Amino acid sequence: MRHIVSIMLENESGALSRVAGLFSARGFNIESLNVAPTNDETLSRMTIVSIGDDNIIEQIVKQLNKLVDVVTATDLTSYEHIERELMLVKLSINQDNQADIIKQIDYFSGKIVDASEDTYTIELAGQSKSLDAFIELLDESLIIEVSRTGVTGVLKGTNNN
Amino acid sequence: MMLNGAEILTNSLIEEGVEYIFGFPGGAVLHIYDALNAQDKMTHVLVRHEQGAAHAADGYARASGKPGVVLVTSGPGITNAVTGIATAYMDSIPMVIISGQVPSPLIGNDAFQEVDAVGITRSCVKHNFLIKDISQIAVTLKKAFHIATTGRPGPVLIDIPKDITIGLSENQVYPNTIDLRSYKPHNDIDKEQINKAVESIISSTKPIVYSGGGSVIGNAASELRKLTRDLGLPITQTLMGLGAYPANDELSLGMLGMHGTYEANMAMHHSDCVIAVGARFDDRVTANIEKFCPNAEIIQLDIDPTSIGKNVAVDIALVGDVKATLKELIRALNGRSKSDISKWWSQINDWRKKKSLDYKKEEGVIKPQTVIETLYDVTKGEAIVTSDVGQHQMWAAQYYLFDEPRRWINSGGLGTMGFGLPAAMGAKLAVPDRDVACVTGEGSIQMMLQELSTMLQYSTPVKIVNLNNRYLGMVRQWQEFFYEKRYSMSYMDALPDFVKLAESFGHVGILVEKESDLRPALVEAFKLKDRTVFLDIITDQKENVYPMIPSGAGHHEMLLAGEDDMVSTNDEGLNLV
Repeated sequence: MRHIVSIMLENESGALSRVAGLFSARGFNIESLNVAPTNDETLSRMTIVSIGDDNIIEQIVKQLNKLVDVVTATDLTSYEHIERELMLVKLSINQDNQADIIKQIDYFSGKIVDASEDTYTIELAGQSKSLDAFIELLDESLIIEVSRTGVTGVLKGTNNN
Repeated sequence: MMLNGAEILTNSLIEEGVEYIFGFPGGAVLHIYDALNAQDKMTHVLVRHEQGAAHAADGYARASGKPGVVLVTSGPGITNAVTGIATAYMDSIPMVIISGQVPSPLIGNDAFQEVDAVGITRSCVKHNFLIKDISQIAVTLKKAFHIATTGRPGPVLIDIPKDITIGLSENQVYPNTIDLRSYKPHNDIDKEQINKAVESIISSTKPIVYSGGGSVIGNAASELRKLTRDLGLPITQTLMGLGAYPANDELSLGMLGMHGTYEANMAMHHSDCVIAVGARFDDRVTANIEKFCPNAEIIQLDIDPTSIGKNVAVDIALVGDVKATLKELIRALNGRSKSDISKWWSQINDWRKKKSLDYKKEEGVIKPQTVIETLYDVTKGEAIVTSDVGQHQMWAAQYYLFDEPRRWINSGGLGTMGFGLPAAMGAKLAVPDRDVACVTGEGSIQMMLQELSTMLQYSTPVKIVNLNNRYLGMVRQWQEFFYEKRYSMSYMDALPDFVKLAESFGHVGILVEKESDLRPALVEAFKLKDRTVFLDIITDQKENVYPMIPSGAGHHEMLLAGEDDMVSTNDEGLNLV
C-alpha cells in the first residue's frame, strides 16, 4: 500500500539526514521525499511517500515520532486529505505533434512555461496518478527530461498535524 | 564574568552532578582538559583506549542508574568510542558523550583528525548535537542529559569544535529543567488498556510474566515483585532483566530464550497470557517467530511505542513508564479474583523435573559451570558480575542466581566482546563497597586488556574470572553443531601467560588448573579487597552451553545436555545469526 507520511520537523541542521537515515537503516523504502520551510520558520514540513503493509507503516510512523527532531509524524493516508505534486516535463516538439500535445496539456490543465524552437517545458500539478497518466499518454521518445517535486499534502477540513 | 567555552562546559557538567568522566585527551579537547584540570568536583578517569571509556561509563551507568559521561577527542578518539556507544544504545543505557571537533572553519575540509562525528554516530545514539554557537553550550548539555536519562534512555553525543571551547562568553546559567516541544516521552497511562489487561490476566489459566531490561532500567523491581507475588504468577526473565526478580524465588523459572531453561521456554510456548514487562521480543528470546507463543494473548508494557508490535503482534499495549504502569496494573488487579492456575503450576513443576541446567562433572577437568557456581557461593550471590560475550556470558547468566537488579552487567543487545573489563571498572567506581567480578574468556579479555593499567591507576579492585578454554567457545560450539566440526579460526593459539601479564600491570595473577584449587583461589582473590586479581582458570575445552534452541526452532523444540550429541538446524536456521 502507498502511504503519505507528513512530518513536522525542527528546522535544525542534520534533521533531514536523521529522517533519511532512519529509512535506510531500517530498510524502509522511500518513493518520494519533499521538504521545505513552513510559515513557522523554526519548522520544516517533510512529506514522504512510502510503500509498505500496515505494520511497516505503523512502525515507520512510530520510529519517526521517536526521533528527537520530529514534532509530529502523521500517516495522511489514514485520514481525509489533499495530495499534490508538481512536475516539469521537457518535450521535443515538431509540426506533426504540436497540436496533439497542446490538446493534452489543456486537458490536464498544464501550462507551457518555456518554449524553444524544438522543445516545450510543461508545468503540471495534481495528484501523482494524474501526473503519471500525463506521462503515459506521451510518446516516450519525445520526453527529454522529467523533474517531479514528490508529493506534499495536508489533512482536509479543520484537522491539522 | 567572561568564561571560555571549555569552562562553561565543565561548569555545566558539575552543575549536572557528574562525578566521573571517562576519557582520553587529544588536540581538539585540550581546552576542555585545561578546564578540567582547574576543578576538583569531578574525577577524570584516564582510560587507555576510547572504547574502554565508553564501556566504563556504561558499567558505571548500569550499576548506579546515573548517566555515564565520556570525553574524547576528534577523529580516532570518537571512532574508537563508537563500539561502546553502540553497545549502550542497544541496551538503552543513559550516557552523554562529548567529542572534540576540529575548529568550525575547518569542518568539511578533511582537517587533521577530522571525522563527521554526528554523521558516524547518528544510527547508534538516541540523539546528537553539533554545537555551532558558544551561547548554546549550557543549554545543549542540559538537553543532552535530559534526553539521555528520560523516556527510553540512551546515549547522546555532543560534538564541540575546538574554537567553541576557546571562545569567550558571558557565564551561562545551567538550566534546572528543560522542555522540548519535539521530545515528550510518553507518560499517560491508558486506563482502557489497563482494564483490558486486567480482564486478560484474571481469566487466564496459563499466565506468565516475561520481564526484561526495562524492569531494571526503569527501577521497577519492587512493582514487578509485587505483581508477580500478589497473583502467584510464574515469571521468566531475559538476559537483560536478570535480578529484577530474584532467581532463587520459587515463582522464578529462570531465563528464557536460546539458552534459557526448559521450564521457562515450555511455559512461554504453552501460555495463554504473556505479560511482557520492559522486554522487546528480541530474536534471542523468541526463537522462531512463526512458532512463538501460539496460544497466548500478549500484553506488553513498554515505554517505547516502537517496541510494541515490532517483532510480535501485541494484543494489549501499555505504553508508558514501566514502574508507573505496573503500579496502575497492580491497583486495578487488587481485589479481583482470578482463575485457578494450580494445574498450570503442576505442569510447570513437571517441566522443572527435567533439570535442564544439570551438567555432568568429569574427572580431571574444571567445568565452566562449576566455576560460576563456586563464584556464586564464595560471593554469597552478592557481587556485581560483569561479563564479556560468548559461552562464559551464558554460563554466568544461568548459574549466578541474581537476586537484585543492577548486579548483572553485560552487553546483551550488541554482544560486544571486550565490554566486561572496563564495565567492571566503571561499576566498581559506582559502587565501591561491593565486590565486582568480571566473568570473561581468553578471547574476549584480550580485546580490552589495556584497561588493566587504568584499573591500577584508579584503584578499582575487580576479580577477573577468566574461563580459559583455549577456544572462541561460542563460535566453536556453533561450528560443532552446524558446520560439521570444521573449527575455522575458533582456536586461540599463542595465548599469553595471563598470570605474568596481570603481574606486569601491577595486579595479582592466579592460575587454576585443578578443580580442588578453584574454591581456595576464589576465596583468596576476594580476600584481597584492594587488589585486582586475575584468575586464569583452565576449563573444559569442549563444553557446550545447554539447553539450546537451535536457530529456526521454536521454544518447545529445545535441546537438553546429553539428549543429543549433535544439534541440527535447517537452512532457515543457518540464515539466522
